Parts: sequence; C-alpha cells; structure tokens
Amino acid sequence: MRALAAFLAARLARALIAVWLVSTVVFVVMRLSGDPVPLLLPADAPRSEYARVAKELGTDRPMPVQYAVFLGHVLKGDFGRSIHFREPAMRVALGYLPATVQLGLTAFALAVLVAVPVGVVSAVRRNTAVDHAAMGLALVGQSAPTFFLGILFILVLSLKAGLLPTSGRGDWTHLVLPALTLGAFSMASIARLTRSALLEVLRQDYVRTARAKGLREWRVVAKHAFRNAAIPVLTITGLQLGTLLGASVVTETVFAWPGLGRLAIHSIYNRDYPIVQCVVFLSALVFIVINFAIDLVYGLLDPRIRLR
Amino acid sequence: MASSIPVSVSAEALPADALSGGRVARRTRRLVAAGAGFVLLLAVMAVTAPWLAPQDPIRQSLRARLAAPTLAAADGRAHLFGTDHLGRDVLSRTIFGARVSLVVGFAAVVVGSLVGAALGILAGYRAGWTDTVIMTVADAQLAFPFVLLAIGIIGVLGPSFPTLVVVIGLSGWVDYARVLRSQVLVLRSREFVDAIHALGGAVPRIVARHILPNVLSTLVVIGTLQLARAIVLEATLSFLGLGIQPPTPSWGGMIQEGREYLDSAWWISIFPGCLLLMTSLVVSRSGDWLRDLLDPTLRSE
Repeated sequence: MRALAAFLAARLARALIAVWLVSTVVFVVMRLSGDPVPLLLPADAPRSEYARVAKELGTDRPMPVQYAVFLGHVLKGDFGRSIHFREPAMRVALGYLPATVQLGLTAFALAVLVAVPVGVVSAVRRNTAVDHAAMGLALVGQSAPTFFLGILFILVLSLKAGLLPTSGRGDWTHLVLPALTLGAFSMASIARLTRSALLEVLRQDYVRTARAKGLREWRVVAKHAFRNAAIPVLTITGLQLGTLLGASVVTETVFAWPGLGRLAIHSIYNRDYPIVQCVVFLSALVFIVINFAIDLVYGLLDPRIRLR
Repeated sequence: MASSIPVSVSAEALPADALSGGRVARRTRRLVAAGAGFVLLLAVMAVTAPWLAPQDPIRQSLRARLAAPTLAAADGRAHLFGTDHLGRDVLSRTIFGARVSLVVGFAAVVVGSLVGAALGILAGYRAGWTDTVIMTVADAQLAFPFVLLAIGIIGVLGPSFPTLVVVIGLSGWVDYARVLRSQVLVLRSREFVDAIHALGGAVPRIVARHILPNVLSTLVVIGTLQLARAIVLEATLSFLGLGIQPPTPSWGGMIQEGREYLDSAWWISIFPGCLLLMTSLVVSRSGDWLRDLLDPTLRSE
C-alpha cells in the first residue's frame, strides 16, 4: 500500500506541475501577444480611458505581481470576460464542453469496439489476407492527417454516396462521420497493439498447455490469451482517450461541430484571447485529469507498475 | 584518443533473431532506400518547382475557374489536376506546396532535435537535479495536448514562418530527450568514458567525439519519425488558417480552399491531400524500418 501511495503521489505531483506549466505558458503567450487594452477600446478612446482599463485589467502593475494575480485567477477558474460573448470566458467555454465530450466519448467507444475485435482476428488469422488488409488499413489510419481523412469521408460517404450529413450537430447520423474521423488514429493504434500483444501471449507456454488440454481455439484465445494481452491494450486505450479530446479541434473544424475546439479556432479569428486561454487550459486540465485517473486505475490493477 | 572507440550500445542488446535474419535486414534496407528515394524525389520536386510546374502557381485565370482535370480548359491550357476557384492550376500549386511541407518539416526537425538532443544528453550526462528538472518538464509536456497549446500560441502570436518552425519543433523535443537521456546514462558508465576521463579528456570533447557518434543512429530514427509528424502538423495548422498564409501554396491550405467546392470540384482538395497522405505514410514507415535496421531496442511503443 505504501508503494501505491508513493506512486500516486508522484503522479499527482506530475499532474500538478503540468497544470502549473500550462498556466505559465498561457500567461507568457498572453503577455507576448501585446497590450490587451487597445483591443477592448475604440480607436479614438481618450488617454484617461486607456489608463482606466489598464488599471481595471491590472496591466499597469509589475510583471511578477500580474503573474501572481493570474495564477490566483486560474485557481478560481477565472480567465476574464470574453470580448466577443461579453460573458465570463469560463462560462462560455463550459457551455461548449458537452458537445466535445459527446464527440470524444463516441469516437473512443467506436475506436475500441472496432479495433479490439479487428486486432484479435488479425492475430488469430496471422499472415492471412484478412490480417494484411486490416493492418494495411491501420497503418494508413495511423499516418493519415485527421483533417484530410474527414474530407475524404465527407466526399465519399456524404457527398457521393449520400449516406450521412456533412456537418453540424443533430441526431445520431451527424455523429458518425466526426466520430469515425476523430477515432481513426486511436482505432488504428489500438488494433495494431491488440494484435501484437495477443501474438506475444499466444506464444507463451500456458497457451500451449491450454491447447494441449484439448480446449477449443476460441476458448484458448478468449479465456487464456486475451485476458493477459489486455493489460498493455488497456494502457494505450486510456492514453488515447486523452489524446482524442486534444485532437478534436481539427475534427470539430472540419465537421462544424459546435464544441470547444471550434470555439477555440473561432476565438482565435475573433482575437478573443480570454476564451482561447480558457479553452487551452480547460482541455489540458481534462487531459491531465484523465491521465491521472488512468494511472490510478492502472496502479490498482497491475502491482508491477507501482514502482516504475 | 584521436579515434572514437567503435562501441555501439544497441548492438549488444539486439535480439538473436534480428542478428540472424539477414534476409529480413536486406529487405528492410531496400524499403528504407525506397522511402529515402521518395523523399529525395519530393525534395527535387520542391527545389525545381519553378521549372517543373507547368504554370505560375498563383496566376489566376477567371475564365478557367473550377475546371476539371483536362488537357484543354477554357483558357486554352492543360490542367492535369484541374483548377481551383480562382482558376489557378492545381498541379502547379501541388508541386510548389511540397516546398512549404519540406522546408517547415525539416526546419522543425532541426529545432526539435537540437533542443531535444542537447537537453537529453545534458540530463543523461549530468544526472542529479539537472536531470530531474529536465525530465519533469518533459513529463509535464507529455501530460497535456501540446498541439492544442501550439494552436493557441500561433493563434495569439500570429502565424509566421519562424513561429511555425519553433512551435512545431518544440512540440517534439521530448521524444529525442527521453531516448537520448537513457542511452547516455548507459554510455556514461562505460569503461571507455571512464578511461577518457582518467586521461584528462574534457567533458564537451567526450560528448562531441564519443557520446554523440554513439547516439547518432537513434537521433536519425527519431528525426525521421518526427519529420512525418512535423509535415502533418504543418499541414494541419495551414488547414486551420494558422500556418503558411495565402497566396503561398501549401498542401494544408489548398485542402482548406477546396473544402467549400468539395461537391463540385473535388480535385482542389484531393490531389494535394493524397500527396500529403502518401508523404506522411512513407516517411513514418521509413522511420519504422530505419528503427528496425539501426536500433531495434527502441521498439517499445
């Protein structure tokens, strides 16, 4: 138990340092982008007005003080007011979060549900046409740029075949293409890993023993091999969930999906920096929390990992 | 002392079947050569673009807007890949687009490998708290989606060539640093390094003449894998309007421009996209093959 506690403490420290680093980068970039005051005022505003807004935003104070104030605000989830929406940035961003979570979770579920069976079949039917086709496709899926994959899906499946809508958010048909696009990379990675992990296990002595006992092949694979191959698959799968949320910026833009990523891109165009900072921070936070949760589950599941 | 001692850490750790598999190695070598050939071809295309491209990539021809791939469009010219919404030749733009991809890609790899290798070697050689600080930062960077942060940074600072190269480059430094650190940790404790120390060799000299040559093959493998990543990241940023700005043709930018006309003029997006996909696939596979060939110990992921 002490080893586990130490492991979790180390991971928690790592997560906190990551959060701190993200906030610091956000702060530095914000300062590098120049004085925010002119953005908030009309071009012909009097000088006294500039001074008033600068005082209000705190940009007239020394840099270290600004940094400390900024960190204090971050702790409270306060990223200032959106210039475009005229509302607190955090409230705006939270409004867009559910769409992103929905897309991310669907993509994740789709990836796992397709990839694991494909990986198992590929491993069991090693070096057959099925295996080669699946793994070839997986290689393409792993190196294809997400946005181009989305474009290809739109062209072939919605414009030419007319099967699914091209963009927007509505019923479940709107969700299929974005989820497929977003999940493609994870799907490919999980399928390849499932295959190699299972092949590794199928070589073990206890699998030979199980076969020698006269068990049917599917029982050997399902009960004896797959369970042992599942641990590395679980790790990668968990990591993919976090990556999916980060990668959804591109997919949301391609499919006009009204989530955090699209909000971020729009806010960049609108020069609405409070929102940009808030979205970057919020996404990083979600990613960090998920990774920490995975570490937690993993530390409980596999005693060997605790001391790494 | 003049000659570096030919010790390779990786050779000892080679699995037996990799050493005996001469035929497999020969095949892998051929695949790597094919991949290198593809990149070379792309580079030649990029360098000779002004002569190779049939037309000026930014010359607009309103009479031949959205022409399908043809030998004789309304403006009396051949457009093998068709034309875009401004009547520009897609083939010429695709050829010129290779310039942006390769220049940004290679420059980003140079930035990333310099920073990553320097910090990785430093962490491995100095150990102690230097190592702790560098690796903590590396871990932290891995712990959040850097691409999103990159988009935020470029969005706020404004897109420019240097920003693009630095941000894409820095997004990959951790990979170099982590692997090189662990290799240097092993190398540092070896007798030949101790011997040079005892003979009075200065640390920078030991690193430059004895450590660096030993980790070079690893650096090349990671660099190749990172090149594929950098090219895709550049195209993604250009697609989002945060990369190389129009009218300079870039593959990502072209795919974005063609998106609105996907239904009526698919060729605007699909030709550059296919070349991008092919480049990404070939370069990343070459990285895998190169790893199998040079350094199978890296094969963890």
